[in-house]
Order: sequence, then structure tokens, then C-alpha cells
Amino acid sequence: MVLWEVDIYPATGQVDRRSAEIVSEVVDLGLDAQVQVAAAHGYLLEGDLSESEVQQLAAKILADHVVEKTVVAQVGDAALNESPIGESSLVHVLPKPGVMDPVAMTALKGIQDSGAEATQVRTFSKYWLAGVESDTIQVISDKILANDSIEQVIYGRLDLDRLEHGVAYEFELKTVAIRELTDDELESLSTSGQLYLTLVEMQTIQQHFKKLDRDPTDIELESVAQTWSEHCSHKTLAGRIAYRDENGERQFDNMLKETIFGATVRIREELGDDDWCVSVFKDNAGIVTFNDDFNVVFKVETHNHPSALEPYGGANTGIGGVIRDPMGTGLGAKPICNTNVFCFANPDTALDNLPAGVLHPRRVMKGVVSGVRDYGNRMGIPTVNGALYFDDRYLGNPLVYAGNVGIIPCEMSFKEAHAGEWVVAIGGHTGRDGIHGATFSSAELTSESESLSGGAVQIGNAITEKMVLDVLIEARDRGLYTCVTDCGAGGFASAVGEMGEEIGVEVYLDKCPLKYDGLNYTEIWISEAQERMVFSVPDENWQEFHDLCQSEGVSANIIGKFQDTGRLVLKYGDHVVGDLTMEFLHNGRPPVVRDAFYEPPAVTDIDFEDTVANAPDDLLKILSSLNVASKEWVIRQYDHEVQAGSVIKPLVGVANDGPGDAAVVRPILDSWRALTISCGMNPRYGDFDTYHMATSGIDEAIRNSVAVGADPDRIAILDNFCWGYTDRPETLGSLVRAALACYDMAVDLQTPFISGKDSLNNEFSSFDDAGEKQTISIPSTLLISAMGQVDDARTCVTMDFKESGNAIYLVGKTACELGGSHWTLVRDMEGGHVPKVDTSLARPIFRAVHQAISTGLVRACHDLSEGGLAVGLAEMAFAGGLGASVDLVNVETDREFDGDVELITKLFSESNTRFVCEVKPENQEAFEAAMSGVVCSLLGIVDDTEQLSISCGNVVAVDLPIAELKEAWQSPLRW
Amino acid sequence: MATPRVLVLRAPGTNCDFETAHAFQRAGAEAQRIHINRVLENPDLMKGFQILCIPGGFSYGDDVAAGRILANQMRNHLADVMQEFKVSDKLLLGICNGFQVLIKSGILLEDNENGDPPATLCWNDHGRYEDRWVHLKTTSDRCVFLRGVDQVYLPIAHAEGRFVINGEEVAASLKNNGQLALAYTTATGEDPTGFPDNPNGAELNVAGVCDTTGRVFGLMPHPERFIDGTQHPRWTREGLQDEGAGMTIFRNAVEYFA
Repeated sequence: MVLWEVDIYPATGQVDRRSAEIVSEVVDLGLDAQVQVAAAHGYLLEGDLSESEVQQLAAKILADHVVEKTVVAQVGDAALNESPIGESSLVHVLPKPGVMDPVAMTALKGIQDSGAEATQVRTFSKYWLAGVESDTIQVISDKILANDSIEQVIYGRLDLDRLEHGVAYEFELKTVAIRELTDDELESLSTSGQLYLTLVEMQTIQQHFKKLDRDPTDIELESVAQTWSEHCSHKTLAGRIAYRDENGERQFDNMLKETIFGATVRIREELGDDDWCVSVFKDNAGIVTFNDDFNVVFKVETHNHPSALEPYGGANTGIGGVIRDPMGTGLGAKPICNTNVFCFANPDTALDNLPAGVLHPRRVMKGVVSGVRDYGNRMGIPTVNGALYFDDRYLGNPLVYAGNVGIIPCEMSFKEAHAGEWVVAIGGHTGRDGIHGATFSSAELTSESESLSGGAVQIGNAITEKMVLDVLIEARDRGLYTCVTDCGAGGFASAVGEMGEEIGVEVYLDKCPLKYDGLNYTEIWISEAQERMVFSVPDENWQEFHDLCQSEGVSANIIGKFQDTGRLVLKYGDHVVGDLTMEFLHNGRPPVVRDAFYEPPAVTDIDFEDTVANAPDDLLKILSSLNVASKEWVIRQYDHEVQAGSVIKPLVGVANDGPGDAAVVRPILDSWRALTISCGMNPRYGDFDTYHMATSGIDEAIRNSVAVGADPDRIAILDNFCWGYTDRPETLGSLVRAALACYDMAVDLQTPFISGKDSLNNEFSSFDDAGEKQTISIPSTLLISAMGQVDDARTCVTMDFKESGNAIYLVGKTACELGGSHWTLVRDMEGGHVPKVDTSLARPIFRAVHQAISTGLVRACHDLSEGGLAVGLAEMAFAGGLGASVDLVNVETDREFDGDVELITKLFSESNTRFVCEVKPENQEAFEAAMSGVVCSLLGIVDDTEQLSISCGNVVAVDLPIAELKEAWQSPLRW
Repeated sequence: MATPRVLVLRAPGTNCDFETAHAFQRAGAEAQRIHINRVLENPDLMKGFQILCIPGGFSYGDDVAAGRILANQMRNHLADVMQEFKVSDKLLLGICNGFQVLIKSGILLEDNENGDPPATLCWNDHGRYEDRWVHLKTTSDRCVFLRGVDQVYLPIAHAEGRFVINGEEVAASLKNNGQLALAYTTATGEDPTGFPDNPNGAELNVAGVCDTTGRVFGLMPHPERFIDGTQHPRWTREGLQDEGAGMTIFRNAVEYFA
């Protein structure tokens, strides 16, 4: 057996893009710009192959000779070690053994299909670097070429004679002598075993097994740790919390149930027969009604810790995982669109300022965007909505929110497994990837995380999941199964454990198909290998189910049986390796009891003196601030039109490049009924008061949807809390306060939460040069995602100004709310009042704006958020390629101002529930009538001057060409 | 009018099959989505169809190269039946990934005497996946699918769409035969000077190619994504059209069998 290597270089005359990209990244990082690079990618082929066969495979399968050239030889041959750029150093990057290598899997399939006898394939990248010192080469490999959580770097020539094979596993039952352990030892077991349970929880397990008069097996301990993990049980927020703030004290038995879920329960009761929620907070995603035949489902998840260590793989498997949530909701929904929100530190952070163990934010951002792109695009699910948020506190702990919307026939919205049915796993095989992901997500990140938890990082394979989706929908429509769920965090342990919770289940771990030999029974049980789903299949349907999967090349295997025992019984061959009662597993966890308090920071005033003169400059700076600036570089890498339901795209306007407020999609191509997808988030407000951060986020998500035409009485929302270390009462207090705001807003606006998720302990710790522990906690970050509905997509509007001569109105009231605003951000000022929401004003405004849009009175509508009215007007003008002339004298404010305060407030205040509407002259009367019950002021007129001029009485505040405004907005992230 | 039957071929990773079948159906055809494994098991099933469409997506993940694995499956196992389909006065359409498959399988442009393909579709010049709308113009009257189309505005969404021809001789021959049927253009119909009007750096601005009969056609843009007025990126500005311009391509296919 010989190991062959095929190196693939760009052909003469073709651009070496990978090398150019590396050079530009070297420059971005401030490393040696003199570097010269030549890059190749390639394949290692093992098998009974002759040289001419390998040459043939290179020509016909692996390379494209129109644009590429190859070097083919046995590994180690001198021909492979001839540098194309003269004197240079050679670096190889290979996926670590066991890391998913989808290209190699497909290449092997293609090679075997052609009749050649290859047995294994592995991909690699190969780089020749010249003009730099060896220590710089090391830095370039670490920072740009490879990520050692998933890849191995080999300097110099490759010296391999075979690819790794797994080693056969020899069964050995392991028990953990927990009964004798002291408290200290219990705690140390929790950490070293990556169980991440508290002492009280460890003691509870100890007591349980003392009563049983035996020690647990390793798999039993792991099962409990998975089920009791923060990730799977949400024990902190669903726990007992004693909360106090300036309004007094409150005891919660189950905080989430009494706030966010509680709001939905109350709304549904108040709606009575008009209740349009179907299934909330119990399945993998929330379900609401859509039309007579279909319901729609929505879920947003986070994948923060894996993305911090391996941005591509973390984001890739994040989106892959959340797509499986709708697929695993009811009897399986068909995914119809994605939404993604990311939080990063400034991508221009200096390399010197990076703590040990932290990837550079530019690399994190590029990796995350690529990971989401490659998975979403391959799945054929349009990514239609998203946001990017920048704050340096996300440096060691970036946030990656991934969401998916699905559609499901009404009668398939519920599921139930029964005793006697088979537990069937389909899709990806099980490997060592993702071991301890569920427990790891509950731990704080440190500079050691990479070495400790590298196994929790994985690479996805979207095509495997697409194949699973294809057969799932067919099997669902044929009625072949009774229950389905996805394998997410916790792997089979969570998926099978949950499905069997009310019944009892026996699992045959030796029957689970593996990627390679050598996994022990516990690894099989808790692996979080991707692209797997679990079904409950009645025996009489098993053959048909199996044949359907086989006909499309999808692996399907019986791995257990639901049994009416109330027990989780785990077997490996004839050995019983675990036997726990469902009661202990799911209800045995001691309640988490926490204290929480909140003290709002004192409000300080802003000094407005002599600020108006700077307004044009401030406006340009806000447009150039990373949160506001154009995200076109990201958006265009996502397929936002596949499935052909696109009605309002993420980029709108005369040049298809203005910032749309929300996406609109039609899930059914023969119907005009549509969905809107939008989001709201403002972590800066959380520094002032998390209550108002939450209400502002909800308001923003709703108004974005309303701005494109959604019916405000049919908007469902999701909450995703990403917080710091909630064992600290003040950190937990800030979260409880936000949850209370969620309750108040949802009830007042009759906008139900239908699903949600939390990710706690988002902090990064490292040790500085003096050996002191330095911790960065993320800002409290609540993402609100909204899914709205539109009766007729043809009534939707976009935010770009449409025609010269149309009137411009501001709807909503403006207050001096510049606390946490982007105006203070670009001026580096502190203080001010954070924006609040007055729900008694908000609900009538949402309804009035919707009424006006749905009856065709509005040509353009834009919500006002970061940067306030000035930014909103600028965006509408440059998106429409038109000028505008407005006078702010009529802007209605909550109180009388004068001088600089008045003008700055009117220009840049970020008061909630405000829209700018463009109205044709002939519709002005009808529009004003529609707005008669709410605050609405006529500001001015759209014109064809290509100039935005904003004055207030006699004072000209801004007079700038739209081209200059647009350039300020587009240039920062034009990568 | 006879109702032609369309086989919309899907493979693991194909993802535009539903909307492509929908567009054919709206044009009056009867469209069926069929998995490649069914065709491999029984190649004769193709005989029951008048139109074969390979839709967009990422067949086999586009791992190795876009469309390569599916193209090789067709080379290895379906060469005869494809040849028979081609010579039977039937139609073959490849959209995006389907175009990549048609090119790399040698079905659209036959291999040269060395067994090398005369052209390829490779990575976009800027090295990224790109979703954007582009102006296109018909540059030959050879292609059945483009009858009556002068200029058309459609979305592209791909990473590997740069058409590269293997030498100037081949280019001249393709051009002279009227096979370079569809080209990227500017809004006013001029030749693009570069990105974004030519979104991927394609040689001679080629966006779509047909065989010498005009009955086999592959294109990078997605006509199935513009069959309703609401799919246009600026319908809220420019007014709602009764139907999208992409419909013409599907209707031409159906009317060929009238």
C-alpha cells in the first residue's frame, strides 16, 4: 500500500487567490509585508493505486486542468518538495485525525465511483513562504494558516507512510467510586471530568448512588451531567431566584416561567378564540399559525464558545444545529429562511492587544461569516436577515446567534413516541467530535479552553444534513414515524433521553454507526457529532423508512427501543452499562437557588454646549461606525434568494445597496401571504439599564417588521439572552430585570414570545504578564428576533426614498434620549438618559403605520434606531439616490428644549417607536387622517438635488451630498 | 399543445429543484423532481421525458469542485443515455450548478482530442460567493431557450461561475458557432468593464452557453428566481410586473414542443 500525494496549484497565468489573501491578512495584522507566498491544496490518497491511475484521478476528478496544474508523486518524493518560488519555507496544514473532512469524503466517493481502489483520502493545504524569518512563519501559521483546535501544522516536508486508522475498541466497564469522595474531591471530579456540575449537584448524585448501594458507571455520571447542564436544563433562569431592585423584592420559583413564558400564557388567555400560538416553549422551536394549511416555526440559538475557539466550525455547526431545530419540531418543519446575528470586537484591534488564547477579531469575523455562508448556502436556505454588532468586550467571547424559520402542515405540529417503537438514528455517523459540548458551553472561557475543550469543536457537513432533510420531509408525508428530534448538545444522551422521558428507553450503543473504530460506549452516547436526527418508528414502518433512507444514500439504524419502564437502560452488546430512572435523570436535580439584585447606575447629564456645529461631522462618523455601516460584504456572500420566496431583500434601493429594515419572504410560491423577519438589539443601552435595553430591543424588532408591512397584531418574538457570569447576584439581577421588561412589553403590546434560549457565563479570562487574572465580561446582550406576517406581499414597502416631490413625515415622539446612543459613542461622551418605550404610545403607532402601509399610502418607511433621525434620513436619501430638504422645527418632543439640546435631540436622539414615512402629495390627506391618533409631524420633501439638508428654523444643521454620506456608510466594511 | 414532461434531476445537495419545477409547471409543463439514484438504477426512465433540467444547488457539496462529482457520475454511468437524449430533439437545461455539471460532464461542450474539456467554470475573480442581480444580453440566435430575449435582468448566486475557455482557438470556434449565447452586460447594454457588471470575471463576459444545436443550454443566472414581480429587487420603486422575465426561458422550452 502506497500513500500518494496530489498537489494542486493555479495554472500558469491564473491568479493565486489564496496566496494573495494570505499576504493581505499578513498586512492587516501588521506582520512583515515582505512575505511572498505560493499556496497549493491537495489530497493524500491511500490504496492500491498505480502512478498512472493517480495521474488520471488528478486529471479527471481532483483538479481542473483548464485553470490548475498538478504535481503527483508518492509522499516524500523530491518532486513534491520543489518550491515554485525559490528559496522558501514549507508549511503543511492538515485536519487533525477525527476532524470532519467533507471534501475528502466526497473525493473518496468520486474516486471509488470511477472504479479506482482508494481506501482513504485526506485533504491538506500547502504553503511556501519566502522573505520572512522563521519566527514570523510561526506567527503566520498560528494566526492565518491554521487553527490548532482542529488542524495540525507540519513544517517542512511531509513524512507519512499511511493515514491513521482507528484502533479497535476493547470493551471495559468503568465505574466511578463517587460514594467515598469528599466535597473537595467531588468538586475536583466535576471539573476534571468536564461535568461542570455544582457541589450540591455532585452531592445529590452521590446520595442517589449511596441509596442504590452501588457506584455509578462513567456513562451514568455523564448522562446526568448532560441532562443537568445549563445548556440542556436552563437551570439558572428556570430556577429559584430572590430578586430585588429599587422597586422592591420578588421571589421566583421559576423565573423564566413567571416572566417570559408567563407573558405568553397571559396573552393567549386574553386572545381566547383568536389565539394564534400553536406550540410555545416546549418543542425545539415555537409554532404559530400561518394560513389554513400551514403553521410556521421559529428558533434562534447561540454557538458562542465553539465559535471563539474555531470560528468557521463553530458558526458552521451553529447554523447547522439551529436548522435541525425546526426539522425536529412537531413531525418536522421545512426550513425556509435563516437569520444570523454576530457580535465581535473591533476587527482593527492591534495584534499586541490580544490576550493569550484569543483569535484576532478580524479572523473570528471572517471565519464566522464563512462558516454560516457555507452551511446555509449548501442547505438551500436563504439567509435573509441579520446584524453585526461591535464592542471590544466581545474580544475573547464573540457571540454567534443563528436562527431558522420553518413551515409545517398544521396537522403535523405535534408528536409523540410510544413504547414498543424503534429508536432510529439517521444521518451523520458518530465520532469523537463535540465531546462535552453541552457541559463546555456552561463553562467560562479561558486561555486554556482550547487545550482542554478542543474536542468540543467540530466542522459540519451541510450536504449530509440536506440529505437528511430530503428524506425527513418524504418520510413525514408518508407518515412513517411518530416522533422526531435532533441531536444537538448532549448528542444521543439528550435526544434519546428527552424522547424517552415519559416512557423509558433501552439503547444499543454498539449499534450506533461510527465514523471510525475505537470509540467507547460513553463517547458514543455523548458525542455531539453533527447532522444526526433521532426518530421513533413503529415496527411496521421500519422497512419502508429504512428503504427510503437507503434510496437517497442516508444512513439509518435502529439504536434502541422505547419501553414502558420509566428507565434509561444503556447496553453495549450484552453488557448493561447504564441504568437510571427517568425520574432521577429529569427531576432529580436539586433546584438552583440564586440571589439577584439590580441597582441602576445614576443618571448623569450630557454637556450639549457647542455641539451643533459638529453635527455634519457627527453624522458622517455615525454612518461610518461599525454597527451602522453597510454590511454588504457579508450579505452578498449569503444566498438570500434560494427557494424563490424573496419579496424584500436585505439590500434595497435604487442601486440594490441600501439597508432594508426587515426581510420579507413568501414560503408558498402560489400564495401572496408572507413572513417578515427582523431583529432588535442594543447592548450599549444595557450599560444604563437592562430593563430599557430589553424594551428597546423588542420595540426595534417589532418596528423593523412593521416598517416593511407586517401586521403588528401578528408578530411573534424570540428572546436570546447572552450574559456574563450569573453566579454574581448583580449580573443575574441585570438579567432578571431584562426578563421583567420582556414580560411588561409582551403583555402591553400583545406580542407573544414563542421560544427562547439563554447562554450564560460569557466571560473570558486570561493571565497578564504579571500573572494577574484578567476577566472580560461581555456586555449584557439580549437579542430579540421577530417573525411577522403580511396578508399580501404586494403591499410591502422598502426604506429608500422613491420620488422627488413626496412629503416626508416623522411618526412618533422624540425625547432627549442620548444615553448609550451612537452620537455619544462617536463623540466619546458618557451619560444621558437611555431610550425608554411608552407602550401606550407604541401600540397605536404600530397599528396606524401598518394601516397606512397596507392601504398603499406609504411610498417608503424606515424605522429610526442607531443615530436617530439624522441617520434615518441619510439612509433613505442615499438608498433612493434622491435628496431631501427637511425642517425639524415641527418635530414633536416630550418637552420644550432650546439651543443645542433641541437640535441634537431632534437629530440624534434614539427614542423608540419612531418611523420616517414618505408619502405622495395626493395621499398626504389620507395619511394624515390615518395618523390622527398618534404623534406625526411633516418634516419636508424629497427632492432631486442629491443633497441632504436638515435645518431647524433658521439654523442649517446638515447640508451634505448623498454621495458623501453613502461613502461614509459603505467604506468601513468594504473588504 | 402537447404538455412536455420535465425531469428535474436532483442529487445530494441540489437545492433549487422545487422552484425550478414550479417555474416549468407555471410555464405549462409537467415537472417531476427525480433523484439521480433513480436514474442510475434505471437510465431508461429518461425516455419518458422531453426536457431534462439540472437545477441549482451544491451537488455533493461542490466538494472537490463545483458540479464535478455529479458530472463524473454522468460521464461514468449515463453517457449513452445522455447522448441519446441529446440527439432525440429534446431539450437540456442546466442552471448554475446544473451548468457546472453540464460543462464538466462534457455533455454541453464535448471534450477535445486529448480528453480535456474545452472550457470550465471556476472560482469567481474576487474569490467569494456572490448573490446579486445582473444585466444579461443574448448574443446569438442559436439558443432555443433564449428566443425572443434581447436583454434580461436576473440574479446570480454562486462562488464558481467564472467561465474560462481553453485557448483562443476554442473561443473563436464557440463564438463563430453562436454558442456563447448569453453575456453579462451593463444596464444600458454595453460590454462590462469589470465587477460588478461582470460579477465573476468570466472570459468574454460569458454567462450562458449552448451546444451547436441550441437545444442544450447552461447558464449561471437563476431564471427560476424571477417568475413573479415581487422577486425583482426594486419592485417597490419601479412597480410590480405581472410576471418575472425569467418565465420566458421556461416558456420557450415548453413552446418548443408545441
